[in-house]
Amino acid sequence: MRYAETGFNLEIDLTRGNIEKVATDPKDTELYLGGLGTNTKLIWDRVAPEVEAFSPDNLLIFGTGLLCGTPATGCNRTIVSTISPQTKLMAFSMMGGFWAPELKYAGYDKVVLRGKSPDLVYLWIKDDKVEIRDASHLRGKGAVETAELIKAELKEPKAQVAAIGMAGENRVFYASIEQGRSSASRGGIGAVMGDKGVKAIVVRGTKDLNIAEPAKYMELCHEVLAYIKHREGNPIPGVMPILAGLGSPQEMKVHDEKWHTENFMWGNSRTRRKDFWNEEIEKEWTETLDKARTRLVSCFNCPMECGATISMPGLPTYMMKCFTKLTYTMGAFSDLDFGLRIAQKATEYGVDGFSTPQVMAFALELLENDILPASDFPDMPEDTEGRFYYLLDKIVRREGIGDILANGTYWAAKEIGNGAEAYAHNNIKKTEQLPLKLSMLNPVYFLMYATGEKMNITQIEGQFPQAPFATMEEREAFVSDWVQVPDEKFKQYLLDWEFRGENSNPYYPTIEMSCNIVDWQETMHYIDDALGQCAGLSSFPLKPPYHIHNYPQFISAGAGIEMNEEQLKKAAKRYRTLVRAVNTNRGMRRKDEKPPENHWKKRFPELEEQLLDGYYKFKGWNADGIPTKESLHDLGLDYVCADFIARGILTEGDDLPAEDVSSNETLVEG
Amino acid sequence: MTSPKKTKTIKTIKIDIDKCNGCRACEVICSSFHAMPKYSSNNPARSRIRVTREPIRDVYVPVYAGEYAAAECAGRDKYTIDGKEYDECVFCRAACPSRDEFKEPDSGLPLKCDMCEGEDEPLCVKWCMVDALTYEEREVEIDEEEPNPEEIETGLQSLVDKHGLDKVADMVAQLAKEKK
Ligand code: SF4
Ligand code: SF4
Ligand code: SF4
Repeated sequence: MRYAETGFNLEIDLTRGNIEKVATDPKDTELYLGGLGTNTKLIWDRVAPEVEAFSPDNLLIFGTGLLCGTPATGCNRTIVSTISPQTKLMAFSMMGGFWAPELKYAGYDKVVLRGKSPDLVYLWIKDDKVEIRDASHLRGKGAVETAELIKAELKEPKAQVAAIGMAGENRVFYASIEQGRSSASRGGIGAVMGDKGVKAIVVRGTKDLNIAEPAKYMELCHEVLAYIKHREGNPIPGVMPILAGLGSPQEMKVHDEKWHTENFMWGNSRTRRKDFWNEEIEKEWTETLDKARTRLVSCFNCPMECGATISMPGLPTYMMKCFTKLTYTMGAFSDLDFGLRIAQKATEYGVDGFSTPQVMAFALELLENDILPASDFPDMPEDTEGRFYYLLDKIVRREGIGDILANGTYWAAKEIGNGAEAYAHNNIKKTEQLPLKLSMLNPVYFLMYATGEKMNITQIEGQFPQAPFATMEEREAFVSDWVQVPDEKFKQYLLDWEFRGENSNPYYPTIEMSCNIVDWQETMHYIDDALGQCAGLSSFPLKPPYHIHNYPQFISAGAGIEMNEEQLKKAAKRYRTLVRAVNTNRGMRRKDEKPPENHWKKRFPELEEQLLDGYYKFKGWNADGIPTKESLHDLGLDYVCADFIARGILTEGDDLPAEDVSSNETLVEG
Repeated sequence: MTSPKKTKTIKTIKIDIDKCNGCRACEVICSSFHAMPKYSSNNPARSRIRVTREPIRDVYVPVYAGEYAAAECAGRDKYTIDGKEYDECVFCRAACPSRDEFKEPDSGLPLKCDMCEGEDEPLCVKWCMVDALTYEEREVEIDEEEPNPEEIETGLQSLVDKHGLDKVADMVAQLAKEKK
């Protein structure tokens, strides 16, 4: 019997309308765990590097995490993987909510889509019954609206619906997949779903999911619950409120937005408003949120309530999650009322809340600076807010200038020319990044921004504090119950970390320490993405309930796979390396691994090169960021090595790349 | 004349629908606890508590399973509470023919909350960390039930009027036999 996972994938060929239930190899779970790990293996095996995002040969995989649907609190992520139209690299976006557990209960670990449906369809999965159904009546409908219509049409109020809006249908490069209170937003995976002609995947399941060692597993679950309670009652002192607890309370619970509004950039990621937050604004925003927010809501089997139901007067109800609360507000220099209103439309259209406001602010900057003529914006309103609504509509319909903007700032700037590229200034690997501009280079963040392949810093950072504590007393207090560290040395790193002087940024943490910290953070995120665990209770906050010391036990007792810390780290390294291998085959090289030029005011080119050298070495990659023969062999990835050699990416004799085979086009823009 | 008094413990789960966030942790743990062997599997469709969750209408109602009902009700009330309309079924604790709630998904057999027999506190309450569910125990004095011949007669008479004496007598005889 398979434990924690079902052992079956649904394979759907949309071109032929063929549906198959396929048994999977338990060996793959041992090696790659599940979720992101096994998704990546499928992409490696079946999507050749030449296959483009909008090709019928591209796969769109909805994978559940290995422990999704078990009683482990907060384990509910759906990991959607495909080739991104925006980065042309592998995209893997996660969504919380209820979809993944429901799929497990229906008896499947993944839904693997290939081909393209000639007409718009939706998939209806109810236990053993799987149908491809006509969705022509849903064309142009909002994502939330679609979910409600389908549930009513099927008379299945308990079904879970992952749907795209108009943006996905029209292949907007930053289209999202929406699922109730959650969405999978990064990398344009909604566009791939639209390209495949799939409006929604609807799931309802009523089957059992088995646990290998029930008593042990429940004991672990109880420990996690008890720890969550403990942490709720004991927030971490001395850090900003959003980092003090678990989950992402800042999204909907907390009213204090001083930190975000004063530290993040407004408009097209240029303007910092250091004194923005005052009593008057706090009062106004608090009122706005209190009036709009009907209820705080959680994902499946989690008490943290990171999302909320929002009902703005005159607008349909929707659910908000994530940082969308502020992205539109800050992009348009407006207020929270505007942010919550436009987010309603944006959620229905199904667009990424990070990228969309930045693309719109970018377009307005191009207009102001005469790079785009006014004639490109016929009948556009005068006020910024009106302009944001106007642009949102144009983009999701791909109308006029919206057709170019729908490809994101990187590709739009290229097409527009005339100096537009200088305005697409905060991209990493062709994707818009968090609008932050800081002063002094931070070595840990430099490495995360540069080498991360998730296209979202919040999905890479976590575990280690973002800044040193002022006094030794505070540091000692922090490390005193820091059980999550994989090694005692991390405590010393923190104890010695100062704001100023020798032990401060950019030379402290040292290169070696930075490599260790980044690797720890990244490893935890990759483990979460394979298990289906929400980062909000694991890799993202400080001192989370899940960590490297209890995860192996969860895997052993839950999935019945023998696991210890070393094996788990190795498994995570294995599929993390495989993600890199997929992208290496797609041309990603060292030159692509740079944060935006203006992210930090003070840069240290020499140190940055050393950091990258150090990290590559630490990870077992060569000087160009390509996994070496030796490290591939260590991870049991000889098949990757053989492929690299066949493609001339590595040579037979040594670990140097045979030649620079990367595309001439660099993936990063300053 | 006063009838003899007895005390009985009434176990209740108090439900505060304003606090429910729809996480379904209660469903998860209930189904897990009742798996055979205990905790060996998990399937909210087998849970003895279910959450009617319609986020867009802001409907969140956890209800735990009560008696099996052989027939569905002929007419159902609609309630409006805080401006939201609820169908009576949302609050109903019965496993009835008109719905799949509180039935084993494979066999269709009815499920009933047993207050997590053997545990000191119902597990759904324990797992609901936002206190939408709270457990209450109270001792109540109850009257010793004494059969009331008059009531029985009235009831039987109405059945006789409807079905005839022979049919009712046959049925009573058959029931008596089955019970023995
Ligand atoms: S911590 Fe928040 S985002 Fe994560 S599973 Fe819980 S409710 Fe969802
Ligand atoms: S555990 Fe509590 S909050 Fe969650 S669904 Fe059940 S009653 Fe609601
Ligand atoms: S008290 Fe126990 S049996 Fe009853 S609904 Fe709650 S968890 Fe289930």
